[in-house]
Amino acid sequence: MYEENTMLKRAFIFIWEFYRDGFKSMTLGRTLWFLILIKLFIMFFILKIFFFSPYLKGKTTEEKQEYVSGELINRAN
Amino acid sequence: MFESIDGAMIDWSRAQFALTAMYHWLFVPLTLGLAVIMGVMESLYVITNNDFWKNAAKFWMKLFGINFAVGVATGLILEFQFGTNWSNYSWFVGDIFGAPLAIEGIVAFFMEATFIAVMFFGWNKVGRGFHLASTWLTGLGATFSAWWILVANSWMQYPVGMVFNPETVRNEMVNFFDVAFSPVAVTKFFHTVLSSWIVGAVFVVGVSAWFLMRKREKEFALASMKIASFIGLFAALITAFTGDHSAYQVAKHQPMKLAAMEALYEGGTHEGLTVVGELKIPGMLSVLATRNMEGYVPGINNILLGNYILPDGTQALSVTEKIQRGDKAIAALADFREAKEEGRESDMLQAQDVLDENMSYFGYGYIDNPNDLVPNVWLLFWTFRIMVGLGMYFILFFAMILFLAWRHKLSKTKWMHWIGLWSIPLAYIASQTGWIVAEVGRQPWAIQDLLPVNAAISKLSTGEVQTTFFIFLILFTVLLIAEIGIMVKAIKKGPDMAES
Repeated sequence: MYEENTMLKRAFIFIWEFYRDGFKSMTLGRTLWFLILIKLFIMFFILKIFFFSPYLKGKTTEEKQEYVSGELINRAN
Repeated sequence: MFESIDGAMIDWSRAQFALTAMYHWLFVPLTLGLAVIMGVMESLYVITNNDFWKNAAKFWMKLFGINFAVGVATGLILEFQFGTNWSNYSWFVGDIFGAPLAIEGIVAFFMEATFIAVMFFGWNKVGRGFHLASTWLTGLGATFSAWWILVANSWMQYPVGMVFNPETVRNEMVNFFDVAFSPVAVTKFFHTVLSSWIVGAVFVVGVSAWFLMRKREKEFALASMKIASFIGLFAALITAFTGDHSAYQVAKHQPMKLAAMEALYEGGTHEGLTVVGELKIPGMLSVLATRNMEGYVPGINNILLGNYILPDGTQALSVTEKIQRGDKAIAALADFREAKEEGRESDMLQAQDVLDENMSYFGYGYIDNPNDLVPNVWLLFWTFRIMVGLGMYFILFFAMILFLAWRHKLSKTKWMHWIGLWSIPLAYIASQTGWIVAEVGRQPWAIQDLLPVNAAISKLSTGEVQTTFFIFLILFTVLLIAEIGIMVKAIKKGPDMAES
């Protein structure tokens, strides 16, 4: 049990240091991460919230079934 | 057809989806293509223990990283659009579409995300073998991702492996294998992935040619060009083969798309394949579509009128008959829903029988003008020719580079350097036109024969869709400029070959 814990701890430290050193040594990567974060912010905090709310949001499953079936039936020829 | 839904709103929603998909597709093929090339280079490093290959692989990995960073998550915007603009479609497809996308998100994306970190951060941290495996697994993860996205897209072209449940108003998967390994999905996967290798190979050749023009990094540029051309030639030849197979699948499952690609209004036997204008290869279209030089290929008018014999020996229905059966299917859905509400079980069963019998024509119930079933012939005819023409050009292109390399003339043949550099946009054009053929050719269907776009779309206002269209246009343009700027800067800096 003790050995297992030690191994897990070592693995965790290795992974932590692996990512920490990796991010620290980045040069061009920092610009890219900045670009990724801005993009994700625009996508999830602006577009998703203000412009792309799911159309059927707020309806229960039964209400969605009813709404879509109504749409499919009423839009027919 | 568009009584309750504004036609302009449908067009803007389609344009928005096309814009996002085409933008996303600028990054995916380069990711898939570069992954193979850098994988080969790193393998050479591990095999030969020569640092030259390590540094060469690192340079292409840097460009891979830039492309990946700018392109990552742009595909998610398509999923936003499904929920907002195409809500009827999203509900109607049910778990058929959701399952492959979920697998893509959970398995493939995490696989890609884990190993990409080892690939970039792990050079001096993990063993060579583990690093090499991580590089290949990053590429494999991206390819695996592409598989599930293409499975979802193929289902829209050839819906199989499901039944429609009128109670939930959703299609429910009954055979995962049929969905994941439908012949259309398998063909599309190989055609798309291998054509992406061409994009990666042309990119590497083009950038390397630029170094040769600038009289820089000669050894690196020549080695990169040879490897990329070898991979590119292999991919271009297989892409031609899978393209032929793809046309055969289209002829079987989407004959209107094939007829529009050929601008073939009146079909017949021993049909020739139009090269351009009046120039035709006799019998070739029949071979492509039926594997028989005397095979019958229906034209647009034949498909609309029906009355010809299908390969299975039955007679093709006319569009008028299909519309009647579509009307029956939708009326049966209405009857089923009404009977369910009133608790009339025997009527529900009766309606279900009528629905099952006519379900394969369900979408025709939304078509009131048969001409709406004809996609944009002009656009399909020319994009198909551009794609095929460029595919053939790339076979010659890679063969010529390998020939010059074999004769030790590649570094001195300046005209080839120019061609190499200016072929980069051509690779993207070929890749994008391929998708235009696939997607425009499916119109007016969101799901072939089952759901046209006018039934699939949400009731939004045109103004709302126009607003988000222009937001995307600005966002994508800014991101693209940023990517090209960072990429050009990294290329100008060149590879760090000091260690070798």
